[in-house]
Amino acid sequence: MISVEHLTKFYGATCAVDDVSFGVKRGEVAALLGPNGSGKSTLMRMLTGYFAPTSGRVLVDGVDVTERPAVARGRIGYLPEQVALYPELTVTRYLAFVAEVKGLVGRRRRDAVAGVIERCGLGDVAGRLTGKLSKGYRQRVGLAQALVGDPEVLVLDEPTVGLDPVQTVEMRALLRTLAGRTVLLSTHILSEASALCSRIVIMSRGHLLAEDTPDALAKRLGGVARITVRIDGPTAEVSAMLETLPGVLRVERAAGDEQPGERFAIFAHEPAPVQRALAGKVVERGWTLLEVRTETPSLEDLFVQLLAQNATPKAAHVG
Amino acid sequence: MRAFVALFRKELRSYFGSPLVYLVAAAFLAYTGYYFHTDLVYFITFGFGLNIMENFWSILLIDVRLVLIFAIPLLTMRLLAEERRLGTLELLLTYPLGDRAVVAAKLGACLVVVGALLAATLVYPAVVFHVQPFPLQPLVAGYVGLILFSVVCASYGLFISSLTDSQVLAGFLTALPLLLLWLLSWNEAAASPDALPFVRAVSLFNHFQPFSIGVIEARDVFYFLYLTAVFVWATLRVLESRHWRGRR
Repeated sequence: MISVEHLTKFYGATCAVDDVSFGVKRGEVAALLGPNGSGKSTLMRMLTGYFAPTSGRVLVDGVDVTERPAVARGRIGYLPEQVALYPELTVTRYLAFVAEVKGLVGRRRRDAVAGVIERCGLGDVAGRLTGKLSKGYRQRVGLAQALVGDPEVLVLDEPTVGLDPVQTVEMRALLRTLAGRTVLLSTHILSEASALCSRIVIMSRGHLLAEDTPDALAKRLGGVARITVRIDGPTAEVSAMLETLPGVLRVERAAGDEQPGERFAIFAHEPAPVQRALAGKVVERGWTLLEVRTETPSLEDLFVQLLAQNATPKAAHVG
Repeated sequence: MRAFVALFRKELRSYFGSPLVYLVAAAFLAYTGYYFHTDLVYFITFGFGLNIMENFWSILLIDVRLVLIFAIPLLTMRLLAEERRLGTLELLLTYPLGDRAVVAAKLGACLVVVGALLAATLVYPAVVFHVQPFPLQPLVAGYVGLILFSVVCASYGLFISSLTDSQVLAGFLTALPLLLLWLLSWNEAAASPDALPFVRAVSLFNHFQPFSIGVIEARDVFYFLYLTAVFVWATLRVLESRHWRGRR
């Protein structure tokens, strides 16, 4: 549905997006993930036809955004990073304007406006001036204008940025209702990407670092699980036993505390076999197992790991 | 086309929804009314019985045009500068609506407001005609001149507004050169003989003057239309520059 092919953008001598290619299938919700200044917004602006790429192209449902902007733009709903509304218009009036610009008139326009107002929970503020709205409502109006006219493709630039925790939760709930459409949203928050999206595209400094499903990404990056255990027994022997467990990479003695027993951190690719063997061995030797806690690596850790690998200072940061 | 109409209507709504238009209209009518009064008194005292077109309407039209030089920048300054400052331009330019439709809708809405201001001044000839009928055709030519002049000023103002996100700066940079272009041949004796033909060619005053005495000349019409085309073209290029400059 969205096909990004060798997209490159230079601002003068600075390269903001460097030969990025990826695709988003029909009905898929994909996240464009990267730290601030990684070229996400620039990429999205090229997707919506606001900027022309220096080279490469973007196809939306087979239509080249640069060659046939009017057709392509008609299929895209766009929420920019900075939601800018006309402060002198009411919410309803503003959405009616957007509907009209998108080619809806008469009854279809009224239905479209009423539909997005309901969908985005704007009923209470429909008559208010957009200039008087809170940040959370402004963001919803921004999403509403992208949804007007039922575009096949949604491009959402940082839809939850700057919202308070409650607003963020509400916004994510709203975003979940979009399932079934083709959505590309950008974010620098990993948990958001893994919670909302079935596919993640990671960018840094204008480069594409990785592209996959959240699970596959975690696997591919070789995540290591950390199992914390507390065992009451002779420290040296316990430590030696732990290292013999299947699949264990490394054992570390964790800092002691007031409670009985010694704490160890066990690192392994697959936590399950370690856990299974552990209990039996402890009982066999007559020790006491006081605690077992397993932490699988978060995408967050992987993300940081990926960025660190890519931290070559050749490309400059551009937003 | 539909998108153009939508934006055009939104622009008109923005104009008439803000107090600025009413203030500009009040000031415009106060000043032109004052000029109407003093020019008429002058004509009655010193020129009565002479050609009313050359000795009264011409003077009044030139005065009206001076007021337009200050009124139009106030109307054009927000057109694109405001959108740039708010950031709404980015969304607007990603809707299925071309840059040309944006420029046309904004210029069109501004000209409707200016047209309304000029239409309001028709009350002056109506009053005079009621008291003493006079030939109307030359005055029509005068108004054609005012309209062409307004179109140039508005397209220039739109162009300046596209360059900055400060409305004040846009207003200032629109009014000052217009005034300068108008003053350029104010005192022809002060211009060097070599420069005079050039000064006459570019001066707004010299190209407007024939209209004010009821004469429509092709080269003057061409001058105004040409300038308009240049400014509209330049505005489109500024909007387009986002593609290679990467700014909004």
